[in-house]
Amino acid sequence: MKILVCISQVPDTSTKIVLKDNNTAINNQGVTYVINPYDEWYALIRALELKEAGIAGDVHLVTVGKADTEPVIRKALALGGDEAIRIDADSNDPYETANYIAEYAKTIGYDLILCGKESIDYNNGAVGAMLAELLDADYIGFASDIQIAENTATVKREIEGGEETDISNLPLVIACQKGVAEARIPNMRGIMAARTRPLKVVTPAAVSAVTSILSYELPPAKAGIKLVSPDNMAELVELLHAEAKVI
Amino acid sequence: MSVIVLVEHNEGNVKKKNFEAVQYAASIAQKTGTTVTAVVLGTLANDEMENLGKYGAQKVLHVADARLDELHARAYTSALLAAAQKEAAKIIIALHDINGRAVAPRLSAKLKAGLVAGALSYPDLDKGFVIKKAVFSGKAFAYVNITSDVKVITLMPNTFQLNKVDGKATIEKLDVSFGDKDFGIKIKEVNKIKGEIPLADAQLVVSGGRGMKGPENWGLIEDLAKELGAATACSRPVADSHWRPHHEHVGQTGGTVRPDLYIAVGISGAIQHLAGVNGSKTIVVINKDPEAPFFKAANYGVVGDALEILPRLTLAVEKFKQNHK
Ligand SMILES: Cc1cc2nc3c(=O)[nH]c(=O)nc-3n(C[C@H](O)[C@H](O)[C@H](O)COP(=O)(O)OP(=O)(O)OC[C@H]3O[C@@H](n4cnc5c(N)ncnc54)[C@H](O)[C@@H]3O)c2cc1C
Ligand SMILES: Nc1ncnc2c1ncn2[C@@H]1O[C@H](COP(=O)(O)O)[C@@H](O)[C@H]1O
Repeated sequence: MKILVCISQVPDTSTKIVLKDNNTAINNQGVTYVINPYDEWYALIRALELKEAGIAGDVHLVTVGKADTEPVIRKALALGGDEAIRIDADSNDPYETANYIAEYAKTIGYDLILCGKESIDYNNGAVGAMLAELLDADYIGFASDIQIAENTATVKREIEGGEETDISNLPLVIACQKGVAEARIPNMRGIMAARTRPLKVVTPAAVSAVTSILSYELPPAKAGIKLVSPDNMAELVELLHAEAKVI
Repeated sequence: MSVIVLVEHNEGNVKKKNFEAVQYAASIAQKTGTTVTAVVLGTLANDEMENLGKYGAQKVLHVADARLDELHARAYTSALLAAAQKEAAKIIIALHDINGRAVAPRLSAKLKAGLVAGALSYPDLDKGFVIKKAVFSGKAFAYVNITSDVKVITLMPNTFQLNKVDGKATIEKLDVSFGDKDFGIKIKEVNKIKGEIPLADAQLVVSGGRGMKGPENWGLIEDLAKELGAATACSRPVADSHWRPHHEHVGQTGGTVRPDLYIAVGISGAIQHLAGVNGSKTIVVINKDPEAPFFKAANYGVVGDALEILPRLTLAVEKFKQNHK
C-alpha cells in the first residue's frame, strides 16, 4: 500500500502578520516557516505509524512550493518517509494546488492520501476534498482515528455534536486532525537519514488558478477593554445585555 | 440562471446558520438580478421548506432520498450538480461547516469553479467578484477574487444577522440518479454527545483554562454555562491533561468557534488559543493576572480569582433572567 502525505509550509503559529506592498502581500522578512501542524503531527505521523506496523509500504511526501520550501519538506523527511516530491509552483488557490497534486498522484497511484484538516495560512480546508474529486476517490474530513486493514479504512470523524465511524474502500483521501496520532520530535538518526532520501522536483501540470488574492487587511484594534470589578458581576451582566447585546 | 444554496437540516429542523446561508444567497441573487433556489436533500417536512421563503428563497428543489439524511459527500455533490444544471446556476453556496467543507470543494474541483472558503462578506461586484475571508487563523483578512465563470462559496456561520421577510418558497421535486460510488462510504456508528450544545454552532461559550486549577472545579464553568444556555470549551493543556474531553479544546490545533459571546476563564490568551476564538463578537476575560495577554483581545475584563468570581457571575445571570422574564 502506497501512502501520499500532503505537506504545506506555513508561518510558525506565533508569527505576527505584517503587510507590505500597499497591503497586497505578506511581509515574510523574519517569518519562520514550519510544517503545517495538522500535516506534521497527524497526517505524517499516522502514515509513518502505518508503515512501522507493516501496513503501508512506501510513504511519499508532497509539497507544492518553490525552492524556498525545501528546508521545510526536508524537515518532514527527517521525521520519516521514503521520498519527497516538490511540485515547483507557488499557489494560494486551493483548486490550483489540488490539481498539481492530483496530476502527480495519478502517475504513481496512491492507495491512501493523508492531508491536514486545514492549512493555518489560508484556512481553506479545501485541498483534500478537491483532491478526492479529481482522483475520483472518497474523502473523509475531520478524522480523529484511522485504522487500515486489507483494503478497508475504518475512520472516526467529527460530525456536528458528536462523532461518526465510517468504513471506506481505498483509494481514499483523509483530512486529519487531533487524535489521529501523537506528535513526535525528529531524532538525529532521522535527520541524518533524511539527507540521503530523494527530494524530487517535479514540473507542475498546466493548470490555471481560479481565484486570486487582491489585498489583505489586518483586524482593527479592539476598541479598548472595559474592566468590571470582581464584586460587581451584576454590572457585567448588564453590560453584556444592554451594551454588547449578546445576552 | 439562479443562485443555488445547500440547506441542511438535522432531525427535521433547519438551523439558524442555514437560514443565514439562504439570506446570503438571496442578497447575492438580488444584486446579480436573479433568484434563489434552495436545495434540500433527504427527509424534511414541506412547511419547513416553504419557510425558507422567509429568508428569500423563491424555490426549493427537494431531493427526497432518505439516504441523504446522513452526509454522503459524493451523493450531495451529485445532487447539487444536478440542481445547478437544472437552474443553470453560476453561483453555488454552502456553509463553512463540517458538511459544507466536504461538499463545496468537490463541486469546485468538478466545475473548475473558484472557491472562497469561509466567506465573511457579500461579493464586491465592482472589483470583480471579491469576497473577504479570514486568513492566518484570524490574524488577517484576505480579499479574494473569483475569476472563473462558476463560483462556489462557503459562508462562515454566524456572520450576518437574520432579517425575516414575507414569503413562501415553492417546492419542486428533483430526481437524481445516483451511482454506486455516491454511497461508497458506509456509516458504521454515530455517537452524538447527548444534552450538550455543539461547540461549533454555539452562540455563547464559557471556556476554562489551566487557571481553573483542576477538573474538580469545572462544576463552576458548567453552572455558568447552564445558566446562560452556553456551550463549554477549554484550552489545549486542559484537554491534554484530560481535565476535559478533547472535543472541547479550541485554538490553532483544536476547534474554531465564532460565538456572540466567549467567556474565557483562567486562560492566558496565547496566540494559538486566540486563533480558535478571535472570530467571537464579544470576549470577556476573567483572569487573576492583570498582565495576561488575553486582556488585549477582550471587550470586558474582570481581574480576580476565577473560583470566587464564577459563582457570583452565575448568580448575577440568574437574577438577570428573573428580572427579564
Ligand atoms: C504549535 C502550537 C499549537 C497550540 N495550539 C493550541 C490550541 O489549539 N489551543 C490552546 O489553547 N493552546 C494551544 N497551544 C498552547 C498555547 O501556546 C498555551 O500554552 C495554552 O493556550 C495555555 O493554556 P492556558 O491559558 O489554559 O494555561 P496557562 O498559560 O498556564 O494560563 C493560565 C492562566 O490562568 C490564570 N490563572 C491562574 N489562576 C487563576 C485563578 N485562580 N483565577 C483566574 N485566573 C487564574 C493565569 O494568570 C494564566 O493567565 C499551542 C501551542 C503550540 C506551540
Ligand atoms: N501547497 C501545498 N502543498 C502540499 N499540500 C498542501 C498544500 N496546501 C495545502 N495542502 C494540504 O491540504 C491541506 C488543506 O489545506 P488548505 O485547503 O489549504 O486549508 C493541508 O493540511 C495540506 O495537507
